[in-house]
Amino acid sequence: MTGTYMPESPNNTTFREQLNLAQHAAMEADKSMLSFGLGISDPKAIFGTTANLAESFGSHRVFDMPTSENAMTGIGIGAAIAGSRVLMTHQRMDFFLLAMDQLVNNAAKWHYMFNGQMKVPLTIRLIVGRGWGQGPTHAQNLQSWFAHVPGLKVVVPSKTDAVASQLYSAIMDDNPVIFIEHRWLHEQQCGSTSVLPLQSPHESVRVHRQGADCTIVANSFMVLEALIAADFLQHRGINVEVVETVSLEQSEWQKIYDSVEKTGRLLVCDSAHGHFSVASEVVSSVTEQCFKALTEAPRRLCLPPYPEPTSYYLTKPFYRNANDIVAAVAEMMGVKVAGGIELDVSTPHDVPGNWFKGPF
Amino acid sequence: MNKLLAYYHDVLRIRLIEEAIATRYSDQQMRCPTHLSIGQEAAAVGVSRSLRVTDNVYSSHRAHAHYLAKGGSLKALIAELYGKQDGCTGGRGGSMHLTDLDAGFIASTAIVGNSIPLAVGNALHQQVQRLDHITVTYFGDGATEEGSFYEAANFAALKQLPVLFVCENNRFSVYSPMTVRQPSGRSIVELSRAIGLRAEEVDGNDVEAVHKASETLVDKVRKGEGPALLECHTYRHREHCGPNFDDQLGYRAPEEVEQWMQRDPVTQLHNKLVSAGVDESRLVLLKQQIEDEIYEAFAFAKASSTPNPDYNDRYLYA
Repeated sequence: MTGTYMPESPNNTTFREQLNLAQHAAMEADKSMLSFGLGISDPKAIFGTTANLAESFGSHRVFDMPTSENAMTGIGIGAAIAGSRVLMTHQRMDFFLLAMDQLVNNAAKWHYMFNGQMKVPLTIRLIVGRGWGQGPTHAQNLQSWFAHVPGLKVVVPSKTDAVASQLYSAIMDDNPVIFIEHRWLHEQQCGSTSVLPLQSPHESVRVHRQGADCTIVANSFMVLEALIAADFLQHRGINVEVVETVSLEQSEWQKIYDSVEKTGRLLVCDSAHGHFSVASEVVSSVTEQCFKALTEAPRRLCLPPYPEPTSYYLTKPFYRNANDIVAAVAEMMGVKVAGGIELDVSTPHDVPGNWFKGPF
Repeated sequence: MNKLLAYYHDVLRIRLIEEAIATRYSDQQMRCPTHLSIGQEAAAVGVSRSLRVTDNVYSSHRAHAHYLAKGGSLKALIAELYGKQDGCTGGRGGSMHLTDLDAGFIASTAIVGNSIPLAVGNALHQQVQRLDHITVTYFGDGATEEGSFYEAANFAALKQLPVLFVCENNRFSVYSPMTVRQPSGRSIVELSRAIGLRAEEVDGNDVEAVHKASETLVDKVRKGEGPALLECHTYRHREHCGPNFDDQLGYRAPEEVEQWMQRDPVTQLHNKLVSAGVDESRLVLLKQQIEDEIYEAFAFAKASSTPNPDYNDRYLYA
């Protein structure tokens, strides 16, 4: 995936390095910050993202934890209410489900329920797996669950240039923030000089590419697929606009509506199941706001409504990629897209690139 | 003698407040689920007398006694039950979500076992920040069946956090007795010791005994000797939720109820004071003073303005 993973260069930085850098900067900036999670100070350091934090800031501030997701989330919330700034990390979102009581009944509602008297400066990093047999319980992106709960903020990064500032602002936010990382993004690179400053204002909707023919709204790994598809389509004379919903809140959705007003077409790419999804929310909001501008029925490109199977042979039709995006756009445009050029999609289908040798 | 009188004042005050709520509940003006502490006042008073204002408390659904004993504002409590602007959360939380930060009562929450980890997190903050304060977490026997109790106790023991777990064992989870919830012979104290808590049990209706036991444990917790648990055996006089007696349902043996009623903390203290020679008229005066305070609190709550629903979306985010 050369479009996604640039050739290695000493001038490049990775998504993983940027996440690590943001955590170091935050720990440095706020002496009351604590950071904990299963495995954060083990030799693999959450795919390298938490490397050297315990060494730099001490085991009283950065520590591995008991296998107790629910109570540890409550402990994080309690410490945050008391005045600590807390970052928690889970290697897989699936394990975090044990903590939904603490998240939904306490963290999300605390400021509201106690009439603004207390706040919960807590960020929870959740990593979504994919492929290499991750299977039904290691590959779920349940972003719409979190987005549904008032009082939570949900940030779903996709690009190396912005991820450090996105994590930094999540940590420094005085509200509970769910920060959802796709595992296939960790080795994504960008030129060091294009990295946004840590304290850049948070953009909840980013327009990556302008185009007048069709609006593609995507987040997480699907942004990368959309950009590959956009390149391909451009060579065929079709110009798509690629819009990323970095945060799952609607304050900046006017950017999406403006885009659809211009293109009249909407394709939403979701890295989760399609039913009752973020994609559904985008489609319904756009339909409400831009009904007259739409020249085609909006479309969703999402995971099918069954769990990710484990076997290599079963997962081939499970995920959507740039090919599917190209086909959907062509259909909406009513054109045939001539073949000939090999689309730059993952091969084999269950790894993000040759660098990935499993198992996680 | 003065000590006994002080206990009596605190226990009776909570009793009279709860009875006043029960009496007025049928007016349909306090429209929120309310779990009264009647019968269980001594545990809260005994523990609170071992605490400083700067110590913090978390509690559960049956929190009125814990809130009041820690010094939580009576007016703000009653106004909260009436859903008024001057309620401790301005009508956002009701009886099950109390707070009085000035008094060190951080919060009570409604989901069983849910506030125990919060209290342990509060203690983690106190330890990391090297504060000389401790945290108390109150919960019932039912909460010891929740994973959050084990998980939080394990972490508290692991980090030797300054937290005192107080389990008020009133023998029922709503209507379910211990016999359908925990194996026979189970001891919450022994179980807690196995997890690594310094654990003791006490007659939870004997305020002096609770005070003595909690003082010893609080002292060790404050010195950094690790977390502790105090199990207070006690009994709920009225229904799980609401103002009424519910013994007509037949879920508790009449002999058992009778036995516990004889061990009522208010009656016990009253009898002790009388046999110690305190003049009955002094006790009547004390009761009158409390009743005046309660009357004032209800008048305050009723006069408080109603909160404005136009601001319902306020405080969604800090």
